[in-house]
Amino acid sequence: MNTSLNRRSVLRGMLSGTAVTVGLPLLDCFLNANGDALAAGGPLPKCFVSWFQGLGFVPGYWEPKVIGENYQVGPHLRAMAAHTKKMNVYSGMKLFLDQTPANAHGSGPAGCLQGSVGNLSLPTIDQLIADTIGTRTRFRSLEVSCDGGTDAFSRRSATAINAGEPDPAKLYLRIFGPDFKDPNAADFTPDPQVMVRESVLSGIKDKREKLIQNLGAMDKARVDEYFTSLRALENRLQIELEKPAPLESCVMHAKVDSVPLGKVVEEARATHNLHASLLAHAMACGQTQVAHLKLGASTCDLRRRGSQQTYHMYTHEEAIDPALGYQKEVEYFSNQSAEALAEFVTAFESIREGERTLLDRSVILYSTDGGNARTHSLENIPMLTIGGGNGAMKTGMHVRTNGDPITRVGLTVMQAMGVSIGQWGTVSNQTSKTVTDVMA
Amino acid sequence: MGTKKTMRQRLVAATLACSAIALTTVLSTADIKSAVAAGAGLGASDQDAPVMRRLTPTQYKRVVRDIFGPGVEIGGRFEPAQRVSGLLEVGTGTVSLAASGFEQYDSIARGIAAQVLSPERRDLFMHCKPASETAPDDACARQFLKAVGEQLYRRPLTDNELSTQVEFANEAGTKLKSFYSGLEMSLASMMVQLQFLFRQETVIPAKGTASRFELDGYSKASRLSFFLWDAAPDGRLLAAAASGKLDTEKGLNEEVDRLLAARRLEDGVRSFFSDMFGFDTFDSLSKDATLYPNFTRTVGDDAREQTMRTVVDLLIAKKGDYRDLYTARETFLTPVLGSMYRVPVTTNLPNGFPENKWTRHEYEPNDPRAGILTHISFVSLHSHPGRTSPTLRGKALREMVLCQRVPDPPGNVNFTVVQDTTNPLYKTARDRLNAHATEAMCTGCHKIMDPMGLALENFDSDGVFRTAENGTKLNTSGVLDGISFTDAQGLGKAVHDNPATTKCLVNRITSYALGRGPAKSEDAWVKSLQDTFAANGYRVQDLMRAIVTNPEFYQVSQSQAQ
Repeated sequence: MNTSLNRRSVLRGMLSGTAVTVGLPLLDCFLNANGDALAAGGPLPKCFVSWFQGLGFVPGYWEPKVIGENYQVGPHLRAMAAHTKKMNVYSGMKLFLDQTPANAHGSGPAGCLQGSVGNLSLPTIDQLIADTIGTRTRFRSLEVSCDGGTDAFSRRSATAINAGEPDPAKLYLRIFGPDFKDPNAADFTPDPQVMVRESVLSGIKDKREKLIQNLGAMDKARVDEYFTSLRALENRLQIELEKPAPLESCVMHAKVDSVPLGKVVEEARATHNLHASLLAHAMACGQTQVAHLKLGASTCDLRRRGSQQTYHMYTHEEAIDPALGYQKEVEYFSNQSAEALAEFVTAFESIREGERTLLDRSVILYSTDGGNARTHSLENIPMLTIGGGNGAMKTGMHVRTNGDPITRVGLTVMQAMGVSIGQWGTVSNQTSKTVTDVMA
Repeated sequence: MGTKKTMRQRLVAATLACSAIALTTVLSTADIKSAVAAGAGLGASDQDAPVMRRLTPTQYKRVVRDIFGPGVEIGGRFEPAQRVSGLLEVGTGTVSLAASGFEQYDSIARGIAAQVLSPERRDLFMHCKPASETAPDDACARQFLKAVGEQLYRRPLTDNELSTQVEFANEAGTKLKSFYSGLEMSLASMMVQLQFLFRQETVIPAKGTASRFELDGYSKASRLSFFLWDAAPDGRLLAAAASGKLDTEKGLNEEVDRLLAARRLEDGVRSFFSDMFGFDTFDSLSKDATLYPNFTRTVGDDAREQTMRTVVDLLIAKKGDYRDLYTARETFLTPVLGSMYRVPVTTNLPNGFPENKWTRHEYEPNDPRAGILTHISFVSLHSHPGRTSPTLRGKALREMVLCQRVPDPPGNVNFTVVQDTTNPLYKTARDRLNAHATEAMCTGCHKIMDPMGLALENFDSDGVFRTAENGTKLNTSGVLDGISFTDAQGLGKAVHDNPATTKCLVNRITSYALGRGPAKSEDAWVKSLQDTFAANGYRVQDLMRAIVTNPEFYQVSQSQAQ
């Protein structure tokens, strides 16, 4: 059979007869006595989460006053106060519009997540990181959305846009459904159906060269992307055929039932917390190392139940309260964002791995769409990282710059995650300077 | 064997242990950059080359149900669409498939294949029996895969494609010790392949000219069928493609006549207008349940269907003037819509048709409603969840109906002059927008949106008629490109008479048919289509005929073909 690859021949060999049962885990994969590292010597793998919520925080009310260590967050970030030791706050950073027209709430997320305000089709940071650390897990990356929609601000290329899974019940099934293999189970039986599916996908892949030979450059890029996605599924099936390495902190997540999805802020928060818990468990169980979460859109249309106005409308239309000095309803929503982020971090912090926690080997990157939602300003854009990525980043720092491109943070995080990248961003947002204060 | 497996497992462990080092990066950053650079020109259409389009969810479902019957369950999430140049259909020519999307399509395909080859259904599609159910049977598999494959791929499978599919069935059937399980795997695999998920077009040298290329017969058949029916070519059209009939003027005209006369033309017309009017956003439309308790999911569904029925009735059944959509008093209502429009709707349910809840309705001459812009569909889609928005409505009208681009709001703008709705100084949207328009940098764009949207202020966010906001009587006067009016009826008339309205339709429907904006080299053709449209009394069906019977529709210039 000329379509067969060596790998398919191997599978055929494995399948000649009944399914194989592998009873013993590999010695290499045992955890050390503390449960926080592999016995072979390396630490548990790093994880990365890109956590996005539009409309940011009110300028002047989130930044710490103290620069460096031992800072205290501003009042609108008080929900994160308990996490300051493991968090870095970046203030005073901005995006340069260069000659591009300001795309009100579009330039900000593109700049923070794609490194460019002019080219909205570049890959997002989660995908750049997944290309490095996501290739040996069941899911290369997982993308979720909390406001009922599937838009998520994650894309691998101009043509491959990742939909965010809006429904936690479906996310649960995707990760912990029948195809989930408990890494701590004593026995392991490869599923013959999975073997066959993997083999067939491999057969389709063999046709790639023939399919692309007559295509123009544009369609070729799209077909290449298609095959990359096919390979991601093939890779997932290959991993499902292996006995997974035991992970002491892995606990199968309790079943998640459907919840009401939508743009009422309580619904979005409830959805968010389920997603947070599922993603944390997925990472603890080695199912993925990269995730992207969107709480609300850049023009965040979350709202209170029964209210005429959405968060976005309030940012533009609510009068500034003269006594408070800011828009009161806007503060209500920005508190919701900060509280949700704190709950996300807690979900990671509560998974203990020996003396440490899942958060310690992760970096959670908070980003948003601008420095002042009311005026569409791209100055002083809030950015946070939480977690040290297995010691790759120092934490507990407030870094203030005077108008540096915010892409410095993304570049720093990518290098901390092991991505081989020397500079990131386009035009004036291009940088080769990491935030050295937080690099370990 | 045992040694090999252990080595692979060791590799996994090693990779886990030092994850910071990319051992098996799928594509390098440089690869991504070059792919993106290649894709950066997407949508910049100075080319008339064919576009590879991803099947829309509607097309996917229709193709599957046309082949395997309406009872097939199609579960799972389809990849989100991307709107480009005003149309999702143009967006289908710019997207690929993300990893999570591929996983979904794989799951959908396996679900369909399992149903088709289930013991209850398989005899409907299988015209042979395997020698043994517990072993592969290449001859029987080939027979099934050849017939089904031609329908799935919209062309006969090449020998190579067919033998690969038979091999898949054989290999899987052997491993799973089941002929039907093997066939199921092979069928599912066809439905995740590019040839099924994407509409690929093949170009050949055009007859009689050295400088022109054109689509081959099967590509012509698909282009025709997806445009007119939003479906894959049926057996007759595939046969016409195979015989060369579509390459002759007479043969092509015959097939076009047949497609235009069929009931399924309605599917095509619905899909086009649903795309042009942005009705996909109904899926995520929600109104605040406290403020608008009557705006239920049923109201939303019925409102969309009301407009679609009005379009189909006027443009297909009556072969009417496209412009009349914006002034027509005749429409269709259900009892639930009647309660929103404050119109008593009695369904007369003839015996045997109890499910028909739709009744033809004509708004009274003094009714403020006339034309589809006053339908609940338009005014509710282009509102905030909790109140109306003249700006959103004006923007939608400019962009969707007149094909004009409204610029994005500028950066660093001060919005504070627009106070909240409880501010006693600004009771109506007009007051608030007037206050906002004192900002010089905002005035330019608001001027081209608000005056049209304000004429629709009599219709609340849920579409219900009102005469006042916060106790103040509404002023619904407005202006569109120099034509003044006092209410929504006047706005409809102004849209009806605006030359951009019909030009926009020609541009959109041509882009929809081609999967891209018309190329520079096609300017003369598009101009002639506009003239034909006017000469024929703006009848959309005649316009569709003019598009598909012109050789230009199937031609590609030499530079692009190469």
